[in-house]
Formats: sequence, structure tokens, C-alpha cells
Amino acid sequence: MYGWTGTVLRINLTEGTVQKEPLRTDDAEQYIGSRGLGSKYFVDEVDPTIDALGPENKLIYATGPLTGTMGVSTGRHDIIAKGPLNNTLAASNSGGYFGPEVKYAGYDMVIFEGKAEKPVYVYAYNGSVEIRDAAHLWGGKNVPDTTDILLAETDPDAKVSCIGPAGENLVLFAAIINDKHRAAGRTGIGAVMGSKNLKGFVVRGGTGGVKVADHAGFIKSVQDGRKKITDNPVTSAGLPAFGTNVLVNIINEVGGLPTRNWQEAYDPEAEMISGETQAKENLASAKGCSGCVIGCGRVEQAHGKFASSGEGPEYETTWAFGSDCGVTDVNAVLKANFLCNDLGLDTITMGSTIACAMELTEKGIIDRATTGTDLRFGNADAMVEMVEATAYRTGFGDALAEGSYRLADSYGHPELSMTVKKQEMPAYDPRAIQGIGLEYATSNRGGCHVRGGYTISPEVLGLPIKMDPATVEGGKPNILKIFQDLTAALSASGTCLFTSFAIGGDDIAAELTAATGVTYTADDVMKIGERIYNLERLFIMKAGYTKADDTLPPRLLNDPIPPAGPSKAR
Amino acid sequence: MENTSKLLMITPEKCISCGTCELACSLAHEGEFRPSKSRISVYRFEMGVTIPMTCFQCDSAACVAACRTSALVKDTESGIVNINSEKCIGCRMCEMACPFGNIAYNAVTKTPMKCDLCGGGDPECAKYCPTHAIEYVPADAAAIRKKYDFAAKIAGAIGGEAKI
Repeated sequence: MYGWTGTVLRINLTEGTVQKEPLRTDDAEQYIGSRGLGSKYFVDEVDPTIDALGPENKLIYATGPLTGTMGVSTGRHDIIAKGPLNNTLAASNSGGYFGPEVKYAGYDMVIFEGKAEKPVYVYAYNGSVEIRDAAHLWGGKNVPDTTDILLAETDPDAKVSCIGPAGENLVLFAAIINDKHRAAGRTGIGAVMGSKNLKGFVVRGGTGGVKVADHAGFIKSVQDGRKKITDNPVTSAGLPAFGTNVLVNIINEVGGLPTRNWQEAYDPEAEMISGETQAKENLASAKGCSGCVIGCGRVEQAHGKFASSGEGPEYETTWAFGSDCGVTDVNAVLKANFLCNDLGLDTITMGSTIACAMELTEKGIIDRATTGTDLRFGNADAMVEMVEATAYRTGFGDALAEGSYRLADSYGHPELSMTVKKQEMPAYDPRAIQGIGLEYATSNRGGCHVRGGYTISPEVLGLPIKMDPATVEGGKPNILKIFQDLTAALSASGTCLFTSFAIGGDDIAAELTAATGVTYTADDVMKIGERIYNLERLFIMKAGYTKADDTLPPRLLNDPIPPAGPSKAR
Repeated sequence: MENTSKLLMITPEKCISCGTCELACSLAHEGEFRPSKSRISVYRFEMGVTIPMTCFQCDSAACVAACRTSALVKDTESGIVNINSEKCIGCRMCEMACPFGNIAYNAVTKTPMKCDLCGGGDPECAKYCPTHAIEYVPADAAAIRKKYDFAAKIAGAIGGEAKI
């Protein structure tokens, strides 16, 4: 086949069996791959009412037909499972180099079923698959150490996707980390991996490649797409220079940077943690995923008592450990971020849950006797300490490991959890940027900025058209839906969402057509995006969600933004 | 004779680790995206340090000297160390001789794999490198620019402003 490899690998961890199946090509054409096709397989095979941490849940590594090609920033894969944080259909997307290696190893998707009796890891290389003992890795080994050991035991050129202690300890927002620093972060799929006693998945694809149907056509579509990327100021200048942290000052200046667990929407000290500050004080180099033409990834160093290094943070991470926790020390923000990568935690939910605990503390609902530390806004040491405690579920970390909703609810104050469908919303206040409120409310996996349509692009950045952030008027539902559909299709193809600042459905259609040999139009691509979105929606409805859940936390609906910031919206 | 040939100038500081060079190379030479069969390899280290490695087309090439059948020959005009696969007996001496590991052996085609600068015209790796970490430039110009870049670093260190 072209684009697709044509093979799906199925590994039953309960039975210890491995099976290769031909790809269902009719579904592949209709759902493309990755978030789309992986979700289609998942929905066909898994009852929506199952326990997300039970053996009936499945974990599907899914690539798109463009993953591993030279398409425009097409190094992405999705991992699909029912997420334990909020029981939605979780398709958690990650970059790096792991997804392409799955393709080179010969597979479009790898489906993990059941639960291994003892901790194991799986090594797939050149057509062979081994389920190996992981007793020596289980019991708290972090992601970098696990990765190094797995590479030493397999092949130095292999790629590793694994969990840290957070996944082992079933932290409800544990992430799966690949290539040491790249996270399939949200909805707790790391805990699903942990619940299966699966520590890691190692792939090596020396003997396989990805073929495209029409070489000349593919190269032309890539060149056309790249030109749009280089002509666009966000993808050619802002993201390469500052990473996503370019948004700290931008969002703060429109008065939409949630501060101190969303009690305020403007952080007067945001400059101290901004992308510009990080570029000056902490940035070691920029980094791109496989085939990337943008290079937004950060390799950074923290100094002083928080001295550490690694990749990231993203804007939403900087916000969660910075403004949302009232922390102004950029080195503490970086340290918390690196710890999350090493321990296998979602940074948005981790930072937001600590921020929620800080508000519970300041309101006198919990105290030092409960938390074991002075968990007030701005206490960077306590924040960093809590990240580690969460991953190992020690002390108050055991309560934080359940996420902010269960934490606040257990003390009778669910309204202090800034979540939609029990998942923490990222770094954009819908009171100041109103379209994103509709996005958060309707996103199929709860509070999330990359599922329902990233309206920050038109409302703040003016791409592709400028919309007034302070109002719900101006056709925002329409543009939201276009973004929803485009986003789903981009992920399904294996393409990075950041390309959507510059390219659209026609560009993806051209790349897909040349790569797969199946003719796609821009309309087809958008329709496929809608199909994926509806598939996810039907799943979460069967899992128990209703339209009453498509709403925002009461703070955003009832409390006006404090007048300190620049936003005139309320 | 003056050296008028071009070379692949690699500037690791500009490399963002994307591996597009490997993808472009393998498509051109193998007809598919397959980094393991690329003639250029990207090695990624911690702290974002990434080194693309490919044949330097040495003037006194160890691989050429080691080749007993003259299958490997340095073309003085283009500067390319070429492989004549008909003369190659698959002894893999070239692979052993290269001090940089820049020759691999393809066990399927039974010939060495090395960079051929895409025939010398327009190497795919340089053409598609998104950050110009790989450039195909005249050899002399490359040396002069490297000297200038280093001078600029010294100038910056002692407070020099933009070049006059």
C-alpha cells in the first residue's frame, strides 16, 4: 500500500499472543488514520461503559498515512484508550520520532489488549515481536532511566514509548512519554498503560519504509505547504523563536491569562516566565519532531536551586506551573515541567490540580495538617515537591493524583475545580476570549484546547481572519466547527496541528491524495474530520455524558473578571 | 588547479533534529521514506545537540585506498567519491576503512551505500533542510564563511557590533 503500511499488530497481554492483521482499507479511507482510524477501531471493539483501568480497555498506538513521510510536519501519532480521568474517548497526540518508527517497523497501528500477569515491555523490530519481562523496570523507574535501559537491551537506534512511576501508580492523569521528552499527555492514558502492567513499547524499523503513490505530486504538495509555513509569521518566526511560550505575553495582554486558579485573568508578573524571558535565560536549542519544518520544541535549562534540564515547557505548562500557581520563578516552572516528563505526568492537569489545592488552602478548606506543606499561591518549593509526591502517591500527593475535580469535590467544593467534564482547562480565559469557552464546553474529551477548535487563532492571532475576542458574535460557532473538523483530520493524517496556522483542508487533501493514491478533496477532508468528531461524541454519550455536561465551571459563568487586567469583557 | 567543487556544509548549531534530510535522501535513493537506508544520518544527543553525518568526499579517501578492485574512485572534477557497483566485490573493506563510519553496506543490493551528492547537481538533503543546517556550497566559499562566522563569534565576545 501507499501511505499506509497495510498491517495492524494486535498484542494480547493476558494471553501473551501476537497477531498481524491486514488493515481495514475501507475504514482507513473513511477515517484516514491516527486519531480517526484508531478511534474507529477502538469504538468498534470496546464497550463505552467499561472501567477505564480494567483489562477490557484497550490501548491503541495509531499513526496516520503521512506519519514518517516528508509531509509538512508529519511526525505525529495518537494513543487511543478510554481515559480514566474523565471516561471520555482519549486520543492523546504526541510528536518526536516514535510514530514514524512504528511505520518503519511495518505497522499502521498496534493494539494492546488485556492485562499482563507481571510487568512486561514489548519490543517490535523488523517483523518480530517479543513480550519481555519488565520486573527490573517496574517499581518507580523514571522515564529517562527506563528509556536508556530499554535501548541498551534492544537496539540503540530503536525508539521508546513508556510510562514512569505515575503510570505505574495509576495517577489519573499519567502520560505516556516517547523519546524521553514527548508526551501523549492528556486524559490519563499513562494509567491505562500501567493498568495493563505494560511499562514500555520499543520499536525498531530497519527493514521497512513508507511508500507514496505519486512521488512528484507528493513533493509538489509538500513544497506548496512548506511555502505557506514559511510565509506565515506564527509558523516561521514566533514558534521557532519562542516556542508556544510566545503566547504568555500575548494572552496576558488581552487579559486572558488565568491566574491563581482562575481567580484573575491577568498576571502582572507574567513577563518573568514569558517565552522572551525563557529564550534569554533558559533556552539551549530549538527542536523539531520528525519531518518538522517549524521547530517549536524547546530544549531548556533551569538554574539555581532548581537546576535541571530537558525539553519543554509548552505555553500551557508554563501557565499551569507559573501564573495558575502564582509562581514567578521561571526555574521552578521548568523544574516542575521536567519532573512531569521524567515521572510521566500531564503538565496541564498537574499544575491546575496544585493551583486548586492552593486555593483550597488559602480559603481555609484544607491546611498544613492535610497537605504536609505550606501549599499557598507562589510557593514554588511546595509546588515542585507536590509533583514528585503525586507521581509516587505519597502523602497529599495521593489526593492530588486524582485530579482537581475529585480533590475539590472530596472537600465539598467542586466549584473550585477549573474543569470541563472533569478535565482541567488550559491557559485561556473564556471570559476574555469568548469563543474558546464554546470550545472547552463542547470538546469531546473535556477541558482541552486542541480538540474542539483552537479559536485563539482567529480571536487573538487574527488567523485566518481577525475576530473580536470579547464577544460571542461574529459567526464564532461556524469557525469553531471548521476548526473542529480540520483539527480532527490533521491529526488523523499524522500532521502537527500547528501547521493549521498556515495550511488548510486543501493542502492536507493534496498531500493525502499523493501519498495514498486515494483521491481526497478539501471537502472530503473536512467531512472526515466531522465524522471523527461525531464518532467520539457518540462514544462519550454512551459512556454517560449528556449535553448538560457541555458547560463551563461556575466561576467562568458567574464571576466577572476582576478589573485589574486589560480585558473589557466580563 | 583551484578547487572549484561544491560541498555539503553542515552547521549542527542550526539543526533542529527533524531528520528531513534522511527522509529526502531515502526517497531519492530508495524510492521510499526509510531513514535506515539514508546516506545521511541524524544523530540526536541530549540538550538538543544533533549531528547530521554523511560522507565528506575526502580528497585522500581511506575508502578509495582500501578498495582492492577500484570500485571506489574520487572524481576530481565533481569532487564525488563514486561507487562502481559492477567492480564491487562486497568485501566491505571501505566500510571498515572509513574513519567516520560514513559508509554503510546494503546487504540486499550487496553494494556499499554512501552519499553521492545526488550526482553533484542539487543534493536532496540540502534542498529540503528547513533551517539551512545543510547547504550545498562552493568549497572555497564554505571555508571563507566558516572563518567569518568564527570571527563574528570572537567579535561578539569582545563587544564587536554588526560587521561594517
